[in-house]
Amino acid sequence: MSEQEFMITMKNVNKWYGDFHVLKDINLNIKKGEKVVICGPSGSGKSTTIRCLNHLEKFQQGQININGTELIDDVKVVREIRSQVGMVFQHFNLFPHLSVLENLVLAPIWVHNKPRAEALKTAMYYLERVKIADQAHKYPNQLSGGQQQRVAIARCLCINPEIMLFDEPTSALDPEMVSEVLDVMVELADEGITMICVTHEMGFAKKVADRVIFMDAGQVIEENEPHEFFDNPQSDRLKLFLDQILSH
Amino acid sequence: MAVYTFKEAKAAPSTSKGVLFWLRENLFSDIKNSVLTLLGIYIVYIMLPPLLDWMIFDATWSGTKEEIVKSGARWIFIVEKFDQFIYGFYPEAEHWRPNLVAFISIAFLFSMKLIPNIKVKIGIMLIYPIICFVLISGGWFGLEEVPTEKWGGLMLTILVAAVGIIASFPIGIVLALGRQSDMPILKTLCVGFIEFVRGVPLITILFMASVVLPLFFSDGIDFDKLLRALIGITLFQAAYIAEVIRGGLQAIPKGQYEAGESLGLSYWQGMILIILPQALKISIPNLVGSFISLFKDTTLVLIIGLFDVLAMVTLTTSDSNWLGFEIEGYVFVTMIYWVFCFSMSQYSKSVERKYNTEH
Repeated sequence: MSEQEFMITMKNVNKWYGDFHVLKDINLNIKKGEKVVICGPSGSGKSTTIRCLNHLEKFQQGQININGTELIDDVKVVREIRSQVGMVFQHFNLFPHLSVLENLVLAPIWVHNKPRAEALKTAMYYLERVKIADQAHKYPNQLSGGQQQRVAIARCLCINPEIMLFDEPTSALDPEMVSEVLDVMVELADEGITMICVTHEMGFAKKVADRVIFMDAGQVIEENEPHEFFDNPQSDRLKLFLDQILSH
Repeated sequence: MAVYTFKEAKAAPSTSKGVLFWLRENLFSDIKNSVLTLLGIYIVYIMLPPLLDWMIFDATWSGTKEEIVKSGARWIFIVEKFDQFIYGFYPEAEHWRPNLVAFISIAFLFSMKLIPNIKVKIGIMLIYPIICFVLISGGWFGLEEVPTEKWGGLMLTILVAAVGIIASFPIGIVLALGRQSDMPILKTLCVGFIEFVRGVPLITILFMASVVLPLFFSDGIDFDKLLRALIGITLFQAAYIAEVIRGGLQAIPKGQYEAGESLGLSYWQGMILIILPQALKISIPNLVGSFISLFKDTTLVLIIGLFDVLAMVTLTTSDSNWLGFEIEGYVFVTMIYWVFCFSMSQYSKSVERKYNTEH
């Protein structure tokens, strides 16, 4: 397959925090519409990997291409790429001084130059989609964690991204709220948006992922389609990891 | 095994238990508390009646100073000199101009709270100082020109404080952002400026503004004395504002910056739309604290020959016809300062409540 057909390519990406080598030769090719789940123990570089894709983290060596554009350390290129890549954070990171609706229309108006009326209409459409339209005029701190995360997902969708990055979207939620967020993500996955999701929700990975990637100590240890990944792990480290997270 | 039935919510127990209960709970809960309460009442009993007698019941409110018979405050001094306290040496026929500016300023403050449209707000913010300046200084539209040497009294105090507060605010924001910048030269300049100014007393800055600054300009340019004082005070205040705002900026979680960046907002968009509104909200109490000290510090303009309200009081008490009226003068000026500072503090509380989005 030629490079143009990949939505995301990472070639020998290396990153250091000071002397600490956090990412070691990451190579990753993701097709348009592919759903990839990345898992691994904490500190393994999963979050850092996806944060490199929208340049929240800089990398020192290697090459990243997003939708045909090479990601270089240039304000214009970075903004261009960020306008196509949505990111959902572990701690939601909604803007607490703005109402839910204002959170959603901010980027469409200021980054994508949409007229306000159109942005509001789009925002209401996506709030409807994440089943939270009745909370549009509340402030983020008045919502539950699950609701906030759904707002955060809607906020990304409002910029109509090609790629959605999820950075442990359910890790900060109370257990009873995990499923309402996962349901929204499953629905999104059905629509053909390219998704990379760092998560430990193995049920979600089995149901949605085209591919599961296991990382440890800054490297990709194993990747496979979900069925094989869970039922027939090859490396000892993955076997140990799966044992630990599935044992209870 | 046990399964419990679902319980309906009950009304909370009543919190109002009457005056006697409140007194016992708060003022006489134990012996120590009771003793302190009685001591407090005793101190008020000793101090309050004489104070009220002096200020109100035995005070002289009208007449001439030769007719004074009562032992209390002789407020006729204030009545006599009131115009000087308020307007300084501003020509009497033109007093309506500062009055109009005061009225416009109150309307301005209310419009800032009431008008929701941001563009209209910015428009008003830009026009307001121009209108005020033209009205006070004159020289346009057939208004008689009043040179700044004649400005004085409370009018000057408010003017210096208002210009100091308003002009230092944007400079302070820029300094605070510069101090956090990744660009080493910009950062060094901002840190250097802030630390230099904060390390020097305001008096020094005022002296420098009035004595040293003119040395940098050729003889032809005669800088207005008031303008020099305003520049000095603005730069002084900007350094403090910068540090207050930096505190607010540091309280904003990193996730807020990242969320803004990941949505594609530029640095300035992120700052203006996301970071600063939150940082300024957190900073309101400290900002107002800093504004209140500035309001009081404006008295220092006296030393470069400007007559603010305190200077006017000092000046009038040395009027040979009105010797010995210092107490009335200073009590009056104390009350003026208190009213303004307390109002600022209350205004800040209402702003804080308005922007509270927690509940």
